[in-house]
Amino acid sequence: MTRGPLEHETPDRLYAVTRGRMPVPDDALDVVSLIMSESESEPGMQSEYRRILALCVRPTAVVEIASYLRFPVSVTKILLTDLLDSGKVSARHPSASPATPARLPSLDLLQDVLRGLQQL
Amino acid sequence: MDSNNSDPFEQPRLASTASEGIKVVIIGGFGVGKTTLVQAVSEIRPLCTEETMTRASEGIDDLRRGTGKTSTTVAFDFGRITLTRERVLYLFGAPGQERFWFLWDRLFLGSLGAVVLVDDRRLDDSFYAIDRLEAAGTPFIVARNRFGKNQHSLDAVRGALQLSERVPLIDCDARDRQSCKDALIALVEHLFTLHSAREAV
Repeated sequence: MTRGPLEHETPDRLYAVTRGRMPVPDDALDVVSLIMSESESEPGMQSEYRRILALCVRPTAVVEIASYLRFPVSVTKILLTDLLDSGKVSARHPSASPATPARLPSLDLLQDVLRGLQQL
Repeated sequence: MDSNNSDPFEQPRLASTASEGIKVVIIGGFGVGKTTLVQAVSEIRPLCTEETMTRASEGIDDLRRGTGKTSTTVAFDFGRITLTRERVLYLFGAPGQERFWFLWDRLFLGSLGAVVLVDDRRLDDSFYAIDRLEAAGTPFIVARNRFGKNQHSLDAVRGALQLSERVPLIDCDARDRQSCKDALIALVEHLFTLHSAREAV
């Protein structure tokens, strides 16, 4: 494995930014849910929230936000849930259901993926 | 293999119309070329992030007791390909070892499918991932990464992996953009085949 981006992180910092909250196991956010800012930063806002709002002026996936903030995905989701709950960001969720032989992705989606790859 | 997490604004951003993220997982053992493949096709330099999962949290809430929990941290790389104004494909490079698998079940639920990248000198690394994908019914293909001269025929690789004839097995050069495109296209074509097979029933 490559050296992790969080190697220099201290658990204390992660604890502080989430105010000690634990990850929610079955949260609504997917790693590829796209997050959009719906408002500007406010004075006195926690710096992580401000960074998220600055980043998400364009749609940004949860996993990208985690990477840029150098937080684990689960910690990032806690912060995003705060912003979602207060209406400061919105989320565009993936529609794909788990791909199994019984539930395949739609042909329309597959056509888009195929065309997109062919145009690379 | 550097993770370029420094400045998000140096990377191309998504269009404001982007609304649907799609996942494809590249699974393989250590050093098999997952990051190389992601890098070959991604429109951003591959990013790295981490996830930590406590096994005890799988079932009942056992987090506060602080005993008997196994915490696993895993780093994974990912890249991005914009497909249309609305749809964007995320490629995740994921180690396929058993001890990470319970994380993938959650992180990559809803994936379009998987490409299992194998090194035919170390096929053992892939058995577990292939078993789990088959058991879960997740569509996948197997791509053998070319490391110099490959020792075996693809048929021999298929035999050694005990891979069903229905699962596409192809050669791939993870350093080559076209070859990586072809591997991803092979996965999509496999999904079309599965669609046709279902309609024929």
